[in-house]
Amino acid sequence: MASLKQFKLPDVGEGLTEADIVRWHVKVGDSVAQNQIIVEIETAKALVELPSPFAGVVSELLVAEGATVDVGTPIIIVDVASTSGGVDVASTGGGGGGAGGGAGGAEQPSAADTLAATDATPATDDAESQPSDRPADTPEVNAGTGRTAVLVGYGPRDDSPVRRRTRTPQTSAPAAAASMPAQSWPSVAPAVAVPNGSGSGANAETDDATAGVLAKPPVRKLARDLGIDLQTLHGTGPDGIVTRSDVEAAADTSRSGAPQRLLPRGGEERIAVRGVRKATAQAMVTSAFTVPHVTEFTTIDVTLSMRAVARLRELPEFVDVKVSPLLLVAKAILLGIERYPMVNSAWDGATDEIVVKHFVNLGIAAATPRGLVVPNIKNAEALSLAQLARSINALAATARDGRTSVADMQHGTFTITNVGVFGIDTGTPIINPGEAAILAMGAIREQAWVHSGKVKPRWVTTLALSFDHRIIDGELGSRFLRDVAMFLEDPASSLLARL
Amino acid sequence: MTADHGVAEYGAGDLVQLLTPEGLRLEHPDYPLEISEDELRGLYRDLALVRRFDTEATALQRQGELGIWASLLGQEAAQIGSGRALHPDDMAFPTYREHGVAWCRGIKPESLLQLFRGVNFGGWDPKAHNFALYTIVIGAQTLHATGYAMGMQRDGSENAVIAYFGDGASSEGDVNEAFIFAASYNAPVVFFLQNNQWAISVPEERQSRIPLFRRAHGFGFPGVRVDGNDVLACLAVTRKALQYARDGQGPFLIEAFTYRMGAHTTSDDPTRYRLASELENWKLRDPIERVKAYLSRNGLADSAFYEAIEAEATEFAARVRAACLSMPEPKPLDIFNRVYAGGSPLVDEERATYDAYLAGYEPADSVGGR
Repeated sequence: MASLKQFKLPDVGEGLTEADIVRWHVKVGDSVAQNQIIVEIETAKALVELPSPFAGVVSELLVAEGATVDVGTPIIIVDVASTSGGVDVASTGGGGGGAGGGAGGAEQPSAADTLAATDATPATDDAESQPSDRPADTPEVNAGTGRTAVLVGYGPRDDSPVRRRTRTPQTSAPAAAASMPAQSWPSVAPAVAVPNGSGSGANAETDDATAGVLAKPPVRKLARDLGIDLQTLHGTGPDGIVTRSDVEAAADTSRSGAPQRLLPRGGEERIAVRGVRKATAQAMVTSAFTVPHVTEFTTIDVTLSMRAVARLRELPEFVDVKVSPLLLVAKAILLGIERYPMVNSAWDGATDEIVVKHFVNLGIAAATPRGLVVPNIKNAEALSLAQLARSINALAATARDGRTSVADMQHGTFTITNVGVFGIDTGTPIINPGEAAILAMGAIREQAWVHSGKVKPRWVTTLALSFDHRIIDGELGSRFLRDVAMFLEDPASSLLARL
Repeated sequence: MTADHGVAEYGAGDLVQLLTPEGLRLEHPDYPLEISEDELRGLYRDLALVRRFDTEATALQRQGELGIWASLLGQEAAQIGSGRALHPDDMAFPTYREHGVAWCRGIKPESLLQLFRGVNFGGWDPKAHNFALYTIVIGAQTLHATGYAMGMQRDGSENAVIAYFGDGASSEGDVNEAFIFAASYNAPVVFFLQNNQWAISVPEERQSRIPLFRRAHGFGFPGVRVDGNDVLACLAVTRKALQYARDGQGPFLIEAFTYRMGAHTTSDDPTRYRLASELENWKLRDPIERVKAYLSRNGLADSAFYEAIEAEATEFAARVRAACLSMPEPKPLDIFNRVYAGGSPLVDEERATYDAYLAGYEPADSVGGR
């Protein structure tokens, strides 16, 4: 027998009125323990994880990721009757007797510690005796008064019937997708912008929706890898099983036609601008329209760098860390800044000063499930190459998990953006506010290249440097970019030349 | 930039430490400590239960059952060590974070939640426990403590007072005034400063050019820095400081060097101002793990002991939760009954006005009385 309990969005920070639902950690059908983290929310003050007040089975998620909801709005329904053992739900209904005596308080409580024991009003377990218009509404109702005693939002909201947020319009995914959108970030794969960052896995959330379709696990994996929604296929195998050839055929048509999953036909979609998107927009507008940008490009042969990367991977210092061309680009920039410190500076319009930083907090732009973030490696100039590699790995892992802290993103002095991981040759990057320059590294491709008087296949890439022309003139920008390029063209000789 | 905030100073020569983060027992010439096996196991139980209580309270806040919560996570040893050093007749003046000290004073932990749930202004009788009510105003209680100690002095009492405060409070006028009064009148008060490194978002190094314990020397009384994550050192140093005060030698400052592992309160987001690496460094100095390591290494506790504590903690947390959820909600007019013991015409008038105001809003049968 179901016994449903709702959890209302609490005010987690003294007087907040709303919060964004960032990520659900549970889905319908999951068992949850009391105090298990069920959802991440973002308020005006903080990113906060909410623990479940109930033990049971998730019956319904009432709000979608990305939605902004008022404090006091029910966000999840948990069926507490399905729990097997564990903490009794009486704890949410305020079972009167449990408070007194007890297991191991320090010493005997004095009479002064008056608490519930004598005058607590026994509370009803409301779950089964609710009027039909307020199903299992509150976790706690004082008998006799009918008043809610929960502290959520500093007082009950009498005017709030069970309200379901309209979900963000999405693909024509069938209703089986339950109350969760299949993808909250429809167009960008949650890949971190570092080399070898995998772009797959974007569709993992759709597993839920395809559970009702018959298909063997390898076929499911194939469908996932190809971005095919099993729900949309008609199985030709016995008992309607979706076969490998069904998936492959669907992949062929979807390749030849428009990408079927991501673009619903007709209409339009309005997406509220908030959170990381809003912050990004503000930063980009500020930078693009207050900082006079100049962008320079240079296309170079990085074959020797690619060899160096391969060799580094075999060294004992690097056995347990991922070495990528990004590491050498980062090192090249750090060495270039040593020679041209003005590149590592900031314009202070308030005082008419250029602030030259004597440390490098090297930012690396990362595409994450939550959007673009630019965490930086503090004091990167002081790190050995192996330490730098570890720092890049750690930074990428943290960003990928969506756990980059604000402190990690503050006080950057120079940024690298790696558009190459998306297969793009180059771009004109916009400077991260508070910095003087940004370098974009493009895709590294094997191309026909004139090398020692002959056309040979070589690894070639394009670097793009945008800089703040108030601080950096064309000459300085060019020298710096050339310095970075020379290192990447021949890392060993460049290092020797600096000795 | 100080990438490794607070770490350079940790373990420096000035720090009194009797139990290392690895669980190795050290001796200190000035702070010898004799402690029985039962007492050691008792300290472990104190630490573990207080942490479990704190975790449950944080969860209750996140579930909308408390308005706010100030977590003691990471500061268990400083509070249990100093709290267990107190004599029942000594008087303690806490901030709003001293849940571990309250535990040592015999206050039911669920009583602490009443203030944070907004059902009353305290939750215990300060006289019955010799533990003042939580003070929200930063540093104010150091003045109360000093005044109380001066009163004890005049009563010829043989007890001492302990005043809790933090590194942030040490920058406030109240604390400095308390130091001056305590020194001038030789008051029997121990100032117990938990330096948890962060005054909300302001790091300790922004607040002082010198280690905080050295400030005492300028006021003319002793100051000692103790490893605040070492329950044994906190116990030994606080015992000695209290005895020093009882012996009529005047005030004493203890700086317990520790770390606030969580947020300042549930309204705060520490990831906005401190680096993840700093937290990781302090995790290695956990106040509970080192006691566990010591007990295990010396065969003083086995897995059955830890399991029993774990089970007790789970049951304890459920009891705290049940008590929190069943707290009777105060009536709007209750507050007027707590102003004067003997009543007051002005308050009576205000009560009547407010009663009439409320009556104008509610249908008579919708609220269960005022």
